[in-house]
Parts: sequence; C-alpha cells; structure tokens
Amino acid sequence: MSFEIKPNTESYDVIIVGSGAGGGMSTKILSEAGLSVAVVEAGGDFDPAKEEDRTQLRFPWESPRRGASTKIRPFGDFDAAIGGWDIEGEPYTRKNGTRFDWFRSRMVGGRTNHWGRISLRFGPDDFKRKSIDGLGDNWPIGYEDVKPYYDKVDKLIGVFGSKEGIRNEPDGMFLPPPKPRLHEMFLMKGAKKTNIPIIPSRLSILTKPVNNDRGVCFFCRQCSRGCQAYADFSAGTCLVKPAMKAGKVDLFTNCMVRKVTTDDSGVATGVSYVDKRDLKEYKLKARVVVLGASACETARIMLNSKSKSHPDGVGNSSGMVGRYLHDSTGASRSAILPELLDRNRYNEDGVGGMHVYTPWWLDNKKLDFARGYHIEYGGGMTMPSYGFGFSMDTMRKHITDQFGSPNTNGGYGKGLKKDIRALYGSTISMSGRGESIPQYDNYCEIDPNTVDKYGIPVLRFHYNWTEHEVKQAKHMHDTFEEILTASGGTLLGSKPGPENQYGLAAPGRIIHEVGTTRMGDDPAKSVLNSNCQAHDCKNLFVVDAGPFVSQADKNPTWTILALSWRTSDFIVKELNSKNI
Amino acid sequence: MNRRENIKLLLTGTLGTGLIWSACSPEAKQDLYSPQLHGGTVGGRSLEETALDQKLLSETFFTKEEMKKLGVLVDIIIPADEVSESASQANVPDFIEFMTKDQPSYQTPLRGGLMWLDHQADERYSKQFLDISNEERIRIIDDIAWPDKAEKEFETGVRFFNILRNLTVTGFYTTEAGFKDLGYLGNKANVWDGVPQEVMDRYGLEPEQKYAGIYLKPEDRSTLAAWDNQGNLIS
Repeated sequence: MSFEIKPNTESYDVIIVGSGAGGGMSTKILSEAGLSVAVVEAGGDFDPAKEEDRTQLRFPWESPRRGASTKIRPFGDFDAAIGGWDIEGEPYTRKNGTRFDWFRSRMVGGRTNHWGRISLRFGPDDFKRKSIDGLGDNWPIGYEDVKPYYDKVDKLIGVFGSKEGIRNEPDGMFLPPPKPRLHEMFLMKGAKKTNIPIIPSRLSILTKPVNNDRGVCFFCRQCSRGCQAYADFSAGTCLVKPAMKAGKVDLFTNCMVRKVTTDDSGVATGVSYVDKRDLKEYKLKARVVVLGASACETARIMLNSKSKSHPDGVGNSSGMVGRYLHDSTGASRSAILPELLDRNRYNEDGVGGMHVYTPWWLDNKKLDFARGYHIEYGGGMTMPSYGFGFSMDTMRKHITDQFGSPNTNGGYGKGLKKDIRALYGSTISMSGRGESIPQYDNYCEIDPNTVDKYGIPVLRFHYNWTEHEVKQAKHMHDTFEEILTASGGTLLGSKPGPENQYGLAAPGRIIHEVGTTRMGDDPAKSVLNSNCQAHDCKNLFVVDAGPFVSQADKNPTWTILALSWRTSDFIVKELNSKNI
Repeated sequence: MNRRENIKLLLTGTLGTGLIWSACSPEAKQDLYSPQLHGGTVGGRSLEETALDQKLLSETFFTKEEMKKLGVLVDIIIPADEVSESASQANVPDFIEFMTKDQPSYQTPLRGGLMWLDHQADERYSKQFLDISNEERIRIIDDIAWPDKAEKEFETGVRFFNILRNLTVTGFYTTEAGFKDLGYLGNKANVWDGVPQEVMDRYGLEPEQKYAGIYLKPEDRSTLAAWDNQGNLIS
C-alpha cells in the first residue's frame, strides 16, 4: 500500500483526487474498465483490519481519557476518522460574522470512516423540488436516471432495510434488517398513537454476505470505529482496496492537491500536489481528472486552478463554483423512560446505529416550511465511555422511592451507585435531519489573505440559515416532544426557542454539505452537466457531493456512490468513443 | 496511517510540531523506539496522538497532597459496597489527574475546589481537610453535594462537587470494575436476535407482525445474498 515518490513523467489514464465515497467508487469502476488510475489522497493510509489501525472492540480503559473526544477525533478517542473541524495548519475562515464549520477526514476512505452508515435513496420528488414548491432548482436528471445505479450500489455494497412502498422513500435491494432494541420497541409503540411512522432503518451494514471478500456484522455497535471484518461500508475497505488488488491503481497518500493543471486550450492535463513528507511540489499527468475531494475541497481545488484559459478557476466560467453550498439541518432532544429503570441486563449492542427510523411523513403544502426531515433514534445499554454518568446532579430525581417521592439530585455514596445502576439504559434520544433550501448567497470562496501550511490558499465561508430551516427545527422539536411523551418518556432539558433558532445546529455540523459544483443544463447557472462533466473543461469530472442541486433530507452518501458510478460509466464511454 | 508513513512524516518534521518529537533528527527516531510511558491510547494512533499522550503522561498536575485529598473524595462519592470496589481502588484519581492535563479547563475549578475544602476545614475546625474526621468531612461535603438544596453561599462549592462527581463516576464506570458493577455485557462478537422474550413479557411488548418475515434470522447469516428482479431477497 505504501509507495515511493514517482518520477514526474508518470502519466495515467485517470487521476482521482480523494478516496472517499465518490473517489473510491470511481477508482473501482474506472480501474475495472482497464484504465490506469492514480488516486491522490491528502491523508494517510488506513485499514481497520490491520491490528495497528484497530480501535474496534477496544475497552474505554485502553484510552487514558476513556474515549473522550480530542481535537483530531471530535467523535471520541476510538472513532476511526482522523481530522475534525479544526485541523492544525489547515485553517479556513468565515465572512461577515456568519458561521460554517467544515469537517474533514484526512485518510484513505475519507469521511466514510465517520458516517452513520445511513443509506437512503433520494426519491422522485427529491430531484424536482422546484416543481413542487418553487424554491431552489430542479436537477437536470430524475430518479429514473439514478435508480439503476442505486440498485447496483445496493448489490455491490449491501444495505439492510424493509420494503415499504413509500413513494418518495424508494425501496432497494435490501438485506434483512435487525430486530428493534427495547427502547426502539417502546418508540414504535408510542409513535403508533401519534400516527408518525417508525420503520426499520436502512444502513449499509452486512447482515448477510454480499460477496466472499467481506464478513458479516457481529453486532458490536462500533461502525464508527471501522470494521475489522469489513462488514460495514467504508470506501477504503469496500472500494479502494479491492480495486488496488484487481487493477492498475497507484495510491498516493499524504499528497495534498493544489490545482488541476490545464493546457492553453483549457483542457485538463493533470494535477499538481504537495507531498506532505518533503513539502515539495509534484505533478501528475492524465487524460482525465476526477475530483472527489469532498464538496468544499473540490470547490477549493477548482477555484485555485487559475490559468489563462480559466482565469476564475477551472470549471468556474459561470462563477458558480462554491455557490449553493448547503448542509442538512439538525436538532435533537432526549427523554428518560421511567418504565426502563432497573432494566434486565443483556447484550443489546446491535449494529452501529439505530435499528429503526422515521422517514418524512407529512405534506409540506400544509406546513409553514418547505422541506422535510427524517428522525434518527438513540438509546439502550451502550458501552460506558467518557461522559457516562455525568448528569447525576439532574437525573436522580427521576427515580422514586417506594412512597413515590423523588430521590434528591446530586449526592454521593452507596445510594448514588444504586441510582446509577437503576438509570443505566433508560434514556432515549431523537435527532432530526432535514433538507435545507440551497441559496446563491451561501458559499465558499478563496480567502485572498490566508494560506495553509502547504502554501495553498484556503476557503472562506459565508452561510446563513433561512426561515424555512428555522421553522423546520421548531417543527422537529414539537414532533420530538410528541413522540417521546407518547412513548412514556419524561422530557429532559428544555425546549429551545427562537433565541437560538430552536436548537438548529450550525451549518456544517451535520456534515452533509453539498451543492458547490452543482449540475445543470445551463452552463451560465451551473458548473457541471448532467453527467458531472465540467461545462468548460470536458475532461474534468466531479464525483463527490458537489454536483447535488439539492440535498433531500437523506444522508448524501448513497447518492454520491450512485452518481459516481454513473459518471464513471460515462467517462469510460467518452474515452472509448474518443470524445475526451 | 501506517507505521512507515508515520516515521516518514516524523523525519520530515511535518507532524508533531510543538510536541516532544518536533525535531527532524536521528534523536527523533530514537525517541520513537525508546520505551514509552505506559497508559497512552492503544490502536490506530497517529504520531501526533501518541506524542500528545506521552507528553501528558510525563507531566504532573496535582501535588501529592492534592492526590491524597482526591483519593478521600472519590471514595466518598463511590465507596466500596456489596457489588463493587471503591473509586480509589479503581485508580480514579489517576484518571482525574490525566483529564486535568488533557482538558485544562478542569484545572482551576478542581484545584480551587480542593483549596476551598481546606479553607472550610480551617474555618470550621481550625485544621486541614485531610486532618479532620470523616464525620467532619461529610458535614462539609453535605453542604455542596446536593445542588437542589444547597445554600446560595455554597454555589461555587456545588459547581466544584458536580465536576468532581462527574469525573469520579465516569472514571469508575469506565473500568473493568465499573463494567461489572453495571452489568454491561457487550463489546464482543455476538448475534443480535431481538429483545429476549422474558424482557418483552415484562413490558407487555410484542414484535411487530408486519416485519416478522423479514427480520434477520441468525441462521441465515452465512448464505450469500441474492435478489429477484423485483428486488426481493431470495437467499
């Protein structure tokens, strides 16, 4: 997997920048088509099956901070993803007092080492939102264009779920879903009273094998740590590594791409990158350049690729690169289920995420905000780690004595230990993840005054939520209270109000940002055509979430994978017919 | 990141700047292979992370006397009982020492709180906190341990004790002793087949019939998946 610096004369059929969902899929499809491929990854190598990289099945006492988060692992000391919102020497800036937080993972597989494996297809409505509510834009393609690729992704990578026949939540080629956990059964029962659906979740975790190279889930609930058995999807384990075994793929790790190089006619000739080990600049040449560096990093590379033929950056003759940046909305609430005090003990780790979820179930025409959200659920007798038992100063009152009077918060001693045992596994949480409206004025651009430690100009963000997102967050909180109460829960914390946008997470916090290199039929209003090919540079393609015209209330990964496959097929076709 | 990449990055000095391995020199390489302080996080560490843990482990924040005080306090919070051992037996003070270095925002409230206990012991009994009797200590602790009942004058003390309680409880329940105490049975390979019947019976719950046919059956986990043209799983 490691490599030596190649001479600068090296030339490939295709250079792929980034090894996450988009880059990984493209690597697999293009190398299987017989093309020589260079994958250029800004981070290091990573393989959770190697003992030296393993954090799965570690106990909290194997970390002196007991799994607490650190700057480079904001989701905990054993989380697989290395990087975070704040990377030393790789800053980004913000404009006009607005906020966008940019999460990056510097490693093979990119952010697929982090995500919750929630694998939802966009539905027919999700590609044509403008036709429905007049906001944003329609995609130049529809569900029928992407469906064959969703089917192929399901079969190649594997996703469990249940066929439901909900129009805008298309069913796939599902593996069997796991049975719900106890708190999930309580929620299903409670939600029935409210007419809010709760159905088996759709996660790319193998409950059965889809091929002979990957194992099946052994129910440790730790997908976020990377799986030794490759039983969940990450781009490194399921796409890049198999492609390297089978095809002509060279993987360049720790190489930070500065720009796409072009010739006088404006055609891409390759990339130039900084090798992090010697801090020297190198060039690679190729017939085709594919960017899969993540929506914002790809926009950054394109904007930094200025030349005589592309004075505003490659692909940016429309001025749209970086525009229409949008993330999912997010809000959360939790409750305690008094019925679950003093639970029976058994191993209920289950898969790495919720076993059930709520797809969007209402009609926005009858609501005061334009787009929907889905709901994710948490709870159960999870493995204690840093933060366990942190709220005994507010939680003990939920336990009552034999006469029905509540225990006193705080305290110490044997009584405290007894109450901690009683409370274990009795809390549940809900998180909404919603669709936002893409805005021209929400964007990333190059900050003319700041460079990173490799001398590459950095991104500057400008982002504001609109009324639609704020009202949606308010609706989420009403729903949370409805379901939690109907399930027998006592609400914890307080309901956020307008003073903090109803608990709406800051842009970037949900890590679903898309739209920076959006596709469209009009080259004046979009960066890419419907095949994710740059309007003004025919051998340059984007395969991350940059091409998304709108983001749906669905996690973007499954659509990134499907579109990347579709784009890769198009590249092969165009190369074969000598169009590029 | 693999070890070879780590070493390359180390030797070119692009990682670990400001930490103990900032030099791009043969000494740096020697450091990498030198014996390490025990106790850093295991598994998948980048060089930066290993260096940070080693640095924190090599430093001392609390004085010997403060550690003694912590030992007394954590055992008031988590004493031994018929189920499990005490917090000091589970080395919770060492965990708190590490956390104050890893998250420096703990330093002032914890040190300040420990000093405040001496101040109170002095005011009430003209002695240091470690020199008063257990009953006397509990009288002071009772003034700050119950946030909903505490007098306003003890506000800061309450805040200190909340932090200390949090760290003690977390520190104890993330050890093997704590896992046993709690009855946590996971973090190992197993097959999930739903909530045990006796547990569903306790709450009067039933599995949803609608999904009975599609939920994973443990015995099907070894056969390769296949679908028909309609996307129905047929094996």
